[in-house]
Amino acid sequence: MDAAAGGALWRRRLPSAARVFGTRRPPLVLLGLGLVIGLAAALPGLYLVVAVLDDTSGAVDAVMTSRTLGLITRSLGLAAAVTVAAIAIAVPLAWLTVRSDLPGRRAWATLATLPLVIPSYIGAYLFVSAFGPRGALADLLGVRLPSIYGFTGAFLVLTLFTYPLVLIPLRSALRRMDPSLEEAARVMGRSPAEVFRTVVLPQLTPAIGAGAVLVALYTLSDFGAVSIMRFNSFTRDIYVAYQSGFGRTEAAALGMVLVIVMLVLFAVYARVRAARALHRTTPGTPRPAAPVALGRWRWPALAFCSVIVGVALVLPVGVLGYWATKQISSGLEMGALATNAGHSLLAAACAALAAGLAAIAVALLSVRYPSYVSRIVERVGYAGYALPGIVVALALVFFTTRVALPLYQTLAVLVFALAIHYLPLAVSPISASLLQVPPRLEEAARGLGRSPMAVFRTITTPLVTSGVLGGAALVFLHALKELPATLLLAPIGFDTLATDVWRQTSFGFFEASAIPALLLLLIAAPPLYLLSAKGSVGT
Amino acid sequence: MRVRPRLASFSALAVLAVSLAACGSSGDDKTLTLYSGRIEPILGTALEQYEAASGGFEIKARYGDSPSLAATIVEEGKNSPADLFFAQDAGSLDAVEKQGLLLKLPADLLAKVPKDFQSTTGAWVGTTGRARVIAYGEKVKASELPDSPLELTEAKWKGRVGWAPTNASMQGYITALRLVEGEDVAKEWLRGMVANDTQVYDSNIPVRDAIAKGEIDLGLLNHYYVAEAQAEDADYPVKVHFPPKDLGSLVNVAGVGILASTENKAQALQFVRQMLSTETQRYFADSSKEYPVIAGVPPPKELTPLSKIPSPKIDLAKLGDLQGTLKLMRETGAL
Repeated sequence: MDAAAGGALWRRRLPSAARVFGTRRPPLVLLGLGLVIGLAAALPGLYLVVAVLDDTSGAVDAVMTSRTLGLITRSLGLAAAVTVAAIAIAVPLAWLTVRSDLPGRRAWATLATLPLVIPSYIGAYLFVSAFGPRGALADLLGVRLPSIYGFTGAFLVLTLFTYPLVLIPLRSALRRMDPSLEEAARVMGRSPAEVFRTVVLPQLTPAIGAGAVLVALYTLSDFGAVSIMRFNSFTRDIYVAYQSGFGRTEAAALGMVLVIVMLVLFAVYARVRAARALHRTTPGTPRPAAPVALGRWRWPALAFCSVIVGVALVLPVGVLGYWATKQISSGLEMGALATNAGHSLLAAACAALAAGLAAIAVALLSVRYPSYVSRIVERVGYAGYALPGIVVALALVFFTTRVALPLYQTLAVLVFALAIHYLPLAVSPISASLLQVPPRLEEAARGLGRSPMAVFRTITTPLVTSGVLGGAALVFLHALKELPATLLLAPIGFDTLATDVWRQTSFGFFEASAIPALLLLLIAAPPLYLLSAKGSVGT
Repeated sequence: MRVRPRLASFSALAVLAVSLAACGSSGDDKTLTLYSGRIEPILGTALEQYEAASGGFEIKARYGDSPSLAATIVEEGKNSPADLFFAQDAGSLDAVEKQGLLLKLPADLLAKVPKDFQSTTGAWVGTTGRARVIAYGEKVKASELPDSPLELTEAKWKGRVGWAPTNASMQGYITALRLVEGEDVAKEWLRGMVANDTQVYDSNIPVRDAIAKGEIDLGLLNHYYVAEAQAEDADYPVKVHFPPKDLGSLVNVAGVGILASTENKAQALQFVRQMLSTETQRYFADSSKEYPVIAGVPPPKELTPLSKIPSPKIDLAKLGDLQGTLKLMRETGAL
């Protein structure tokens, strides 16, 4: 290639300032905040790079095997199946609890969201106890049941404990949806089914997509369920590398592959979400939709909700409750439990606050000021979520001991770790709600002389509140049950309910873990209830 | 003036962070920081015994699983806040030692423990021993029991055996097999185990529980998992068999090392001494049903004495070569 052609190519590739920073310039404060958050969220990825560069050839050897391909295929297969199933459960649940006159829909909404709080390893263990080849059900029926280990078990457990990740954004999207669009379609003669397919579903796609990405990434990074269900996934392999060979390089190389898979997934999601107007363009404000009368369909609807809530919540809680009563009779350390619950609450609430605030900035940047920079900031955030908790924890061990030693193993670093690990959980509902807010409103306020900050406070904030609350709640729920980072980064003696559960189960005392596990659910219930109460039609 | 809510929450966070940092770094003059892969129910009393004897020193213990803690210490490097590392397996200690992060222990301390149960360089010392055994359920007659784990690849055991290939002790056993019988035997055995539909579990305890439930008939375990369950329930439906042949019942250790970066060397040494004292060794034997490692403390009476366990002579420090084992296990589909 001659020099001139090379130069031309170079010029063509060189992105213009407009493409890097976007055609709409974000306020400098926002851009600055976004970059700082992006850098923070990039730490786990940077750590992987450092670890891989330590021994590049070892890293290449570790990854370039047919085994890697097999593991990725298996993991992606599981993630795809879980995601599809989670959507299939969440869409009807969301519609029933927001748009229909289903009896007790607020309660159903809360109950249907709660399974999210059950740590997947506890959930998996409970499923094995209940439905395993020699579990309670087999005892009851007096037969040996087919094995649920492997794909089936991992699929069931992960689906049942992650579908709320789709349900939550979907419910808030449904709540914000402008019913006049549907009514217009009905008036023009479309059937209800057609309206749902052509008007409702497209408006829900961003929310479904956002939830689906979270479910897929959760499945990819889960260790608890796959290890108890004996499904050999990619993340399990990363843990095995850390646990048995102390293969730092190898584990890091595998982690990088996971990040790349995540980036591909995310590119697909970005296409789904591709900029389009999801808000009304004519003057006026949406008015709440009138609930759809279910009529005789109420019974199948109730049955559907009962089955899902029964299997995903009542059954696990029932078993936990049964174990708990056995524990209570042998005496309880109320003081320690209360302290641990306080610690869980403190760490999770701080993480939710920090991630919530950071996510507003990230979401604003990526939705309102799309550019290379904002896209990178957002995607980097997802890397922290796609990586197994142990990688995030070790990354912070690495950086804190080198850069901020006095902060090492303080609550501040734990909160920081939890916030960057779960940032996307908050970004995605906020982005989804921003997409449904007409930028016209903000522009009008700017045109009338409000400062960007004032517009943000008086126009944008109130309109995306439900998204922000939903996002913060998701972070809160995940941070409550987080284990690897809490074990390695919390101040010594800062026991939480999750570490309590771990301590009991690692010694085989699964039954003793029942009380802390139930307490986790109890702490999670009020915020979930508030969220679902806000969401019912007419508020 | 109205305070902006965002500003308020940011400043609240900043204040919180600073105050937390402040209390995190205060007052560590009279404390020893211990990273422990052994959980509190096993270790708690031993720590109290040390505190009682130390004249006012306190132990702050961070509990986790041994390999994660080893990885953490390696990442912390010389900035580690830990003074001591107590691990569940020799491999974890070895990983930290290889990075040069452990202090060499004095000869008189090392002399208390058999050479087999300490690092060849003297950087860590075993505190208790456990034997790899074959646990069996009620459906298995004593006469059917295999003489060696190598027999578990036979057709009659198809689908009836459980193991935990991700478990450090299981991998230690396979490393030993490679060292003693050679790569080929180890490879052959792993292939055979996989082909024989050996049931995979997450760790030792689920293997034991699966035998108790009758899901499987045999399992490869550390002896004390069964001993503990038997101590709680005399009729526990799982028994222990010490296979006499081949690598029969390899004995592995839990152990402790002192971090080279410690500023409390004398106290850390006293801690290790306490762990090897008659008092604490007795406690370990009684509570977790493990083999004591010093002379003069008898093993729990329900256990076969160490001298009668046919265990091969192996340099435990070499069990640190887990990379090779991992590779072999992956190659054969065991992992």
